[in-house]
Amino acid sequence: MSGGRPPGYPQRDDPVAAKPLPVPTPTSQPYWDGLARHELCLQHCDACDAWVYYPRHRCPACLSDRLSWNTVDAAGTVYTFTVARRPTAPPFADEVPQIIAVVALGVGAHVTTTLVDVAPEDVRIGMPVTGVFDAQGDGVTLLRFRPA
Amino acid sequence: MPGLRGGAVIAGFVERTPERHFTGTPRFGLEQWSDLAADALADAGIAPQEVDGLCCGGDTGESPMFIPSTIAEYCGWSLNFAERLDLGGASSVGMVWRAAAAIELGACEVVVCAATQQPRPSPPRPLAVGPRVTFGASSNAWGSPQAEFDIPYGNLGQNCGYAMYAQRYHDEFGWDQRSRAKIVADQRVSACANPDAVWFGHPVTVDDVLASPMIADPLHMLEIVMPCSGGAALVVTSAERAARLPHRPVAVVGFGEHLTHKTPTYAPSLTQTPVGPAAHRAFAMAGVVPGDVDMVELYDCYSITVMLSLEDSGFCGKGEGMEFVRHHDLSYRGDFPCNTHGGQLGFGQPGLAGGMSHVVEAVRQVQGRAGDRQLARHDLAYVSGTGGIMSEQAALVLRGL
Repeated sequence: MSGGRPPGYPQRDDPVAAKPLPVPTPTSQPYWDGLARHELCLQHCDACDAWVYYPRHRCPACLSDRLSWNTVDAAGTVYTFTVARRPTAPPFADEVPQIIAVVALGVGAHVTTTLVDVAPEDVRIGMPVTGVFDAQGDGVTLLRFRPA
Repeated sequence: MPGLRGGAVIAGFVERTPERHFTGTPRFGLEQWSDLAADALADAGIAPQEVDGLCCGGDTGESPMFIPSTIAEYCGWSLNFAERLDLGGASSVGMVWRAAAAIELGACEVVVCAATQQPRPSPPRPLAVGPRVTFGASSNAWGSPQAEFDIPYGNLGQNCGYAMYAQRYHDEFGWDQRSRAKIVADQRVSACANPDAVWFGHPVTVDDVLASPMIADPLHMLEIVMPCSGGAALVVTSAERAARLPHRPVAVVGFGEHLTHKTPTYAPSLTQTPVGPAAHRAFAMAGVVPGDVDMVELYDCYSITVMLSLEDSGFCGKGEGMEFVRHHDLSYRGDFPCNTHGGQLGFGQPGLAGGMSHVVEAVRQVQGRAGDRQLARHDLAYVSGTGGIMSEQAALVLRGL
């Protein structure tokens, strides 16, 4: 790759790197706005005290719509992961070997992410990780993680 | 005559005011579904947490496939029954009788039936990757949770999801990868006794499996099904009628169904899978225990699917699957016949007919029509099915009459 970015990040000058990026919805907009400010904003249910991820219109624990946005620490531990040795879809060919992971945040929510700044053989379940706010085109910022 | 006995009732409802020109706030189909469910449950005086079944149409909009599991995940429900209907104007009547029948059968207790018909929001701008690019079973439509929170990170398709199940499983219970490979090798022995299998005539060893290319750590190529063409059909009829037909009747004496999520990231557990509650219900309904069955036909899209299904179906304890596989011969000639046609890993996966192959094989064995791989004891069979990424699972207990 000739992208000039460290391994694990999209190599932007790769011609196949037309990434499927998120398009915020009215419900999720505060989450993406938060990432753009380098803040992790999650919904909290004021009815049953649950943390909600991904952003929803109602709480998945009690279906209340009394959800409020709060900033939480962008840190957690690796809950599980895999190393995609083949791209999961053509747009991700430039990220192979891609470390796809589920990170358990401190508040308990599980998020899908990729791990960066780490070699595949060094990843362990339970490893502490911290958020990396990775700005993409269209003003969208993705939340990746690196070893803490 | 068999039929409903009035044991199920409609306990509450909600109805939106019809409008020729909508004046409310546009919401996604999933959001409309959660609104309708919350209001109807409030009307009935039933807590949302009591819901264990749903009937839906194809109208959520954001997800063209796997609609029930997407709704279950969105609303935070663990369901024992789910139905997507495609009956046009008869759909709502169909939902109610299915819900009543399911409840009388004991499959579930609280079923939400809903149909959404309000406008959804329009995308703010043309999407970079349009909704027609589906990424397999993953929905990239605007408003789909996968499109927003999973696909951008490459978490799509089946391989990486099952690999993350396997990674977590071995981290919790030990890194004996040879037992996972032995599932593939044992099933291949059965495939080599099945002239219809794609891998007929091609035995493999544990070392062969572990030497095949790594696709998504820790899963190797030979632990993953091979797509192929094919087809299958079953005829189900009454026992009275079947008694007059040429083949041995195979009675459905137990069933169960359970689903909790679409994407494993949001699953309640990566080690306790939905086939557990489904199997428990199926065995209890049949009045038998796992040790009673003569054969098991386990849905096997991946080696790890079999490992988890052996444990959660109750053939061994949680975390004991690897030891169980080491100490048993899973082939048709072994002491624990499992996927006697070779499983999909040996037989091939012809789309949805891949899952039907397990049922067909159980019927074939029970009826004594399995040729060279016919089991000596063949009266009672356990069959499992799996959709998505351990997302929706179902179980059957079949008994020859």
